[in-house]
Amino acid sequence: MSNLQILLTILIAAAVTVFLRFAPFVIFRDETKVPAFIRWLGNRLPMAVMAMLLVYCLKDVSFSSASSSIPALVGVAATVLLHLWKKQMILSIAGGTAVYMLLIRLL
Amino acid sequence: MKQSISKRFAFLPGAIKATIPVMAGYIFLGTAYGITMRESGFGTMWTLLVSLLVYAGSMQFALVGLLCAAFSPVTTVLMTLMVNARHLFYGLSMLQPYRHTGKAKPYLIFSLTDETYSLVANGAPTNADSTCWFLTVSALNQFYWVLGSVLGAVLGQVIPFDMTGIDFAMTALFTVIVTEQAVNAYQAWKAGKQPFVEAFGPALLGAGATMVCLVTVGKQAFLIAAMVMMLICFYVMFRREERKGANE
Repeated sequence: MSNLQILLTILIAAAVTVFLRFAPFVIFRDETKVPAFIRWLGNRLPMAVMAMLLVYCLKDVSFSSASSSIPALVGVAATVLLHLWKKQMILSIAGGTAVYMLLIRLL
Repeated sequence: MKQSISKRFAFLPGAIKATIPVMAGYIFLGTAYGITMRESGFGTMWTLLVSLLVYAGSMQFALVGLLCAAFSPVTTVLMTLMVNARHLFYGLSMLQPYRHTGKAKPYLIFSLTDETYSLVANGAPTNADSTCWFLTVSALNQFYWVLGSVLGAVLGQVIPFDMTGIDFAMTALFTVIVTEQAVNAYQAWKAGKQPFVEAFGPALLGAGATMVCLVTVGKQAFLIAAMVMMLICFYVMFRREERKGANE
């Protein structure tokens, strides 16, 4: 890609992201017109989306291959256990990532 | 006068404290991003530009792949729509809290990332002016992200060892968020505040729908499919609750 094409690609990604972030505020300018269902979704949808993103992150893991699945699964398990134990976000993330990086080198 | 100023900024220590988990996560993830960009041949200025303008963690990682492939505006639009569609819903739940934020509103909306959302969704503390608090938290978070990514871009040049796998930090981040939600849901259920389905339903639906769509639709379009599926399921649940409410 030329520098101009790199710049355009970045600007497109930025514009679409801005569009998605601003759309709800522009569409539902008048709050009384927000449908009851949208209000109901409030905190339920973000919870579902976080679980969705976790699955999204694991989409390239091949569960038929031990060298692909074991580092990812053990990495996630280590993150969960560290977090339940110490409740320190950065420790859980760094620890889980370290376990993963170690396992992909060993397996 | 002096007291009124110290009173006005009394919320600052609390706001900074609230952002500490995000600071740790963003500096770490941002550094991972900067290193990834550097390893793909993009220098510090490109990394800085993307972190300032796009400012969306998972999309920025996905964008590295797009920048390394042939120029394709259509793929970029579709990919960004799919990866970032969840931001529509963050906005929806922030309509009310961000209603009266005046001049700060455009920036608050622009900077509404996953992590910033997780901090502002619970509202501002009662002792703080909510606009000041939202703005401080949002700006601090972007500062951490930009700082981390520039750090990574610079470090990427000098780090002598192989950093393959550092992108797992993103997986670990969402793992932590889901773990925290599960702990909260468990406590609400245990305390009898919420029935099981109410407490765990959304997360189980999100994970379940995504896995089903990943297997059936495939890697290209499963996010959109999963989101449609989730919305339909939520709508059915909503209508059932509505009918139950009308009968009582």
